[in-house]
Amino acid sequence: MSAPARAEADAPLARAAAGAFRLAGRGRVDHASRVHVTFDGRSVTGLSGDTLASALLAHGIHLMGRSFKYHRPRGLVSAGSEEPNALVMTRRGPGRAEPNTRASMQEIYEGLAAESQNRWPSLGFDAGAVNDHLSPLIAAGFYYKTFMWPRAFWRRIYEPAIRTAAGLGRAPTELDADHYGARYHHCDLLVVGGGPAGLAAALTAARAGASVMIADEHAEMGGALLSTPAAEIDGVPAWDFLAATLAELKRLGAVVLPRTTAIGYFHQNMVGLAERVTDHLATPPEGAPRERLWRVRARRVVLAQGAIERPLVFPGNDRPGVMLAGAAATMLHRFGVLVGRRVAVLAAHDSAWHTAFDLADAGAEVSLIDVRPTVGAALESAAVTRSIAVRLAHTITATHGRLRLCAVDVAPLSGGAGERLPADCLLMSGGWTPSLHLFSHTRGSLVWDAGRETFLPGTTPEACTVAGAAAGAWGLGPALTEGTAAGAAAADAIGLSATASEHFVDHDTPGTGVPTPKLPKGRGKAFVDYQNDVTDKDIRLAVREGMRSIEHVKRYTTNGMATDQGKLSNINALSIAADALATPAPAVGLTTFRPPFTPTTFGALAGHHAGATFEVTRKTPIDPWAETAGAVFEPVSLWRRARYFPQGGETMDEAVARECRATREAVGLFDASTLGKIEVVGPDSAQFLHLMYTNPFMKLAVGRCRYGVLLGEDGFIRDDGVIARIDDTRYHVTTTTGGAPRVLAMMEDYLQTEWPHLKVWLTSTTEAWATIALNGPKAAEVLAPLVEGIDLAAFPHMSAATCRVAGIAARLMRMSFTGERGYEVNVDPRRAAELWDTLLAAGAPHGITPYGTETMHVLRAEKGFIIVGQDTDGTVTPDDAGLGWAIGKQKTDFVGRRSLSRPDMVTPWRRQLVGLLTEDPDLLLEEGAQIVADPSQPVPMRMIGHVTSSYRSATLGRTIALALVEGGRGRQGDTLHASLAEGTAPVRVCSPLFYDPDGTRMTQ
Amino acid sequence: MLLIHCPYCDKTLPEAEFTYAGEAHIARPADPSAVGDEAWRDFLFVRTNARGPHYERWRHSHGCGRFFNAVRDTVSDRILLTYKAGEPRPDLASLAGEKA
Repeated sequence: MSAPARAEADAPLARAAAGAFRLAGRGRVDHASRVHVTFDGRSVTGLSGDTLASALLAHGIHLMGRSFKYHRPRGLVSAGSEEPNALVMTRRGPGRAEPNTRASMQEIYEGLAAESQNRWPSLGFDAGAVNDHLSPLIAAGFYYKTFMWPRAFWRRIYEPAIRTAAGLGRAPTELDADHYGARYHHCDLLVVGGGPAGLAAALTAARAGASVMIADEHAEMGGALLSTPAAEIDGVPAWDFLAATLAELKRLGAVVLPRTTAIGYFHQNMVGLAERVTDHLATPPEGAPRERLWRVRARRVVLAQGAIERPLVFPGNDRPGVMLAGAAATMLHRFGVLVGRRVAVLAAHDSAWHTAFDLADAGAEVSLIDVRPTVGAALESAAVTRSIAVRLAHTITATHGRLRLCAVDVAPLSGGAGERLPADCLLMSGGWTPSLHLFSHTRGSLVWDAGRETFLPGTTPEACTVAGAAAGAWGLGPALTEGTAAGAAAADAIGLSATASEHFVDHDTPGTGVPTPKLPKGRGKAFVDYQNDVTDKDIRLAVREGMRSIEHVKRYTTNGMATDQGKLSNINALSIAADALATPAPAVGLTTFRPPFTPTTFGALAGHHAGATFEVTRKTPIDPWAETAGAVFEPVSLWRRARYFPQGGETMDEAVARECRATREAVGLFDASTLGKIEVVGPDSAQFLHLMYTNPFMKLAVGRCRYGVLLGEDGFIRDDGVIARIDDTRYHVTTTTGGAPRVLAMMEDYLQTEWPHLKVWLTSTTEAWATIALNGPKAAEVLAPLVEGIDLAAFPHMSAATCRVAGIAARLMRMSFTGERGYEVNVDPRRAAELWDTLLAAGAPHGITPYGTETMHVLRAEKGFIIVGQDTDGTVTPDDAGLGWAIGKQKTDFVGRRSLSRPDMVTPWRRQLVGLLTEDPDLLLEEGAQIVADPSQPVPMRMIGHVTSSYRSATLGRTIALALVEGGRGRQGDTLHASLAEGTAPVRVCSPLFYDPDGTRMTQ
Repeated sequence: MLLIHCPYCDKTLPEAEFTYAGEAHIARPADPSAVGDEAWRDFLFVRTNARGPHYERWRHSHGCGRFFNAVRDTVSDRILLTYKAGEPRPDLASLAGEKA
């Protein structure tokens, strides 16, 4: 370019604070509205509408990050979500830090603070860059070869060092201060991608009367239209066409979602959308969610995600200033930013020529280098018109500059002398890869298109169409045509009649190219995957070392495994692997795309299921009292239960010992409301329970209770509980706290599918009854004055009655899970707190003491009563648990009965429930501790059992444990050994009934 | 997320309302005590593990609560048909015919 031409070209360059590379009046940014942000503490002035990337480039800042492995300086490569290099940490106050934010996607707002990552001490000087010089030592697979020996080094030296170095960015440590929304949405048509194809599809379907939603991940709808302002559609400029289309979509009631990424395509047209609601706002509205996850169920889906430009693989292709041609076009047309003043363009596709022309017209000095020997005559003459130097059949063999490109070496592809061109920016275009990620989520087949050397969409089981550049249609005209057709087809498919209007495009820039050219090797590194620092050589090394499948190449080199998931690198890696294997690319295959399309915050996925609303907390009617009384709570399935009630600074052990003593010696009060309850009603109820439970139920009299054991058909214990017969055809069944839904589902299953002839109705009554248990030698004294309707003196153990307690209608049962005389009072939950208070007052003279689940556990363990799920684990039979007595010997059938006689269910070496006493009465075993017969045997030892329950027993003045031990009942009195955190301890096997083995205390 | 047709409610609803309940058409023997060890083992543990159409049970657990049967293609993960518990096993050939 001549000197006068240069001066003229410089003229439009804005010298404003918004950046020396900003072009006055250009782009869709608001030149009147300045926005101030910081990057690594340096203040940068951008314009409203900028991304962080465009704001930085407007000031000539290309260096935005450091690479992961070699810590090489890196600049912006792309203008979209595929960006691998320009990843920054953004902050907006405590708990609001986001690592790995793509500068190309982050819109700026006043006060945005961004920091570069993966560098120390600074982006300009990074000590980690020493890795770049060590690169011969840390090529692909070095991990697997280097850190093998000596073996002992792994844990203490290698692993900690690798963990320190691993990871991109720093995870925030504070709790996320934001909240996240979630919505369901149903529509006729969901369009993914708001470019020309997507808009045409949406408009066509909406005009036909379809309910339409259209989502695009960028701040603005428009896609390629935003970068082609010179095109005219139906006689109006592209941007006017865009505005008119969006206005009409709005009029037609379409839901238009910018800043919304379709992250995954699931069964039957369920598409997940992550909408960024406030990340672009300086002051988010009060109460607004940061992001919103949409679960959209659409009758039809049009995928119009466009295409991703392919980098070229040549030495030095990662220097800051080297970027995709399409990104430069976006910077120019959308943001009014010139990416450089002396721009070299390395092209394998016509599209880069149009970008070169636009940059030249905007004032840059441009050189065009194309790997192809010939290009279209129109392109060549357009270059001549602009005095652009053109070199065909040439390539770039090296790039120069430390933190920013300053020159490139250009040489003929045929070899021979090269030359050095000064350049502050190098644009590359290796053609375009259709973005078929979501299509792949549908299990859609990809078809190799040899001509374009890329995969195109094949068939899919979903009601979905791919349109536009994503289907290989290049240029605005074909995209609009395909989009219109896809929208019309969607409308037709749901019974609407659509008119496919034609669009006429002037100044369109369609083009062709040569796919993934193999460029000559040079001395420098030629990167394939920028984010994971995978080079051409690494891929070839992987093939040389025996990797044949692309899946193995990927894992060995980590190509495509970074946060960009290979959006830029997969096709190049495939081409190189195919070349190295001398196999056609489709035979090497493509790795599978899986959701999410781009990194998605945990917050968006969790939505409202975080913190206090992570899960439902079920509370009993006594819970408020327990809270006031200072209870320590524990979660039991979804319930929050009072574990113990410390008084005056008691420890747990002290509180539990006091509660145990009070219950054994006087009377304890316990909230058992969480027990599962099922009302079994109907003329065949007895027969049904007889078939479900191991115990005989046909002869259980009205007003009596029976302990029941429920097995699976495999013979193992599933649940247990007490069953009371209320009247001829009505039973009150209790289950374990956690087992209630499972037991009801199991009963329903048998009733509906195996014994549908039985006339029985099942109702969950867990929350219809609050249950308060009174246990202890003085329980009857407390209760008797309050009971109306029955005589408590004539109410033996395992009785049930409908009566009134303290004036409240109740189902009263006498049973015991503590070994003491026990009563359970079931009342309407609305009156439970009243009953609790009455019982407390009535019991006060007797020293009544509320106790929690921990005391309940200790008291039942002293009696050898099992807790299903603690002392059993799904492999325990009734006999193993010492419950052989609960099996109805006369019964010919119940669920699980047949399995109890299978050969391995009757061996004497099954693990059986026993008690264990440590030699040292103060030693508390750990639950789960393994048991061996001889601790001096060589490792690995033969383990013959494990501890299931272990407590300090105030009653016995020592520790006790329950355990499952091979042939345990035959080992009574033997000494075995239980593992401790360090070493083992001798334990004596005994009966699991530690206290009152005859049961006289609860039955008398 | 699958859409599943409940044959009792006669409504097509999201998978989240349903619970999978294992292979279908495995009837509990009328008199288990008369069944030999190997046959009982097969009843308990041996399943078809089909590649392709699979007869299976689902429960409309967050709806009507009924158990019903479905034919699901385990390759495409599509439910081809649902029918009420107790109805005979549908003929796959006729299913293919319906689709064509």
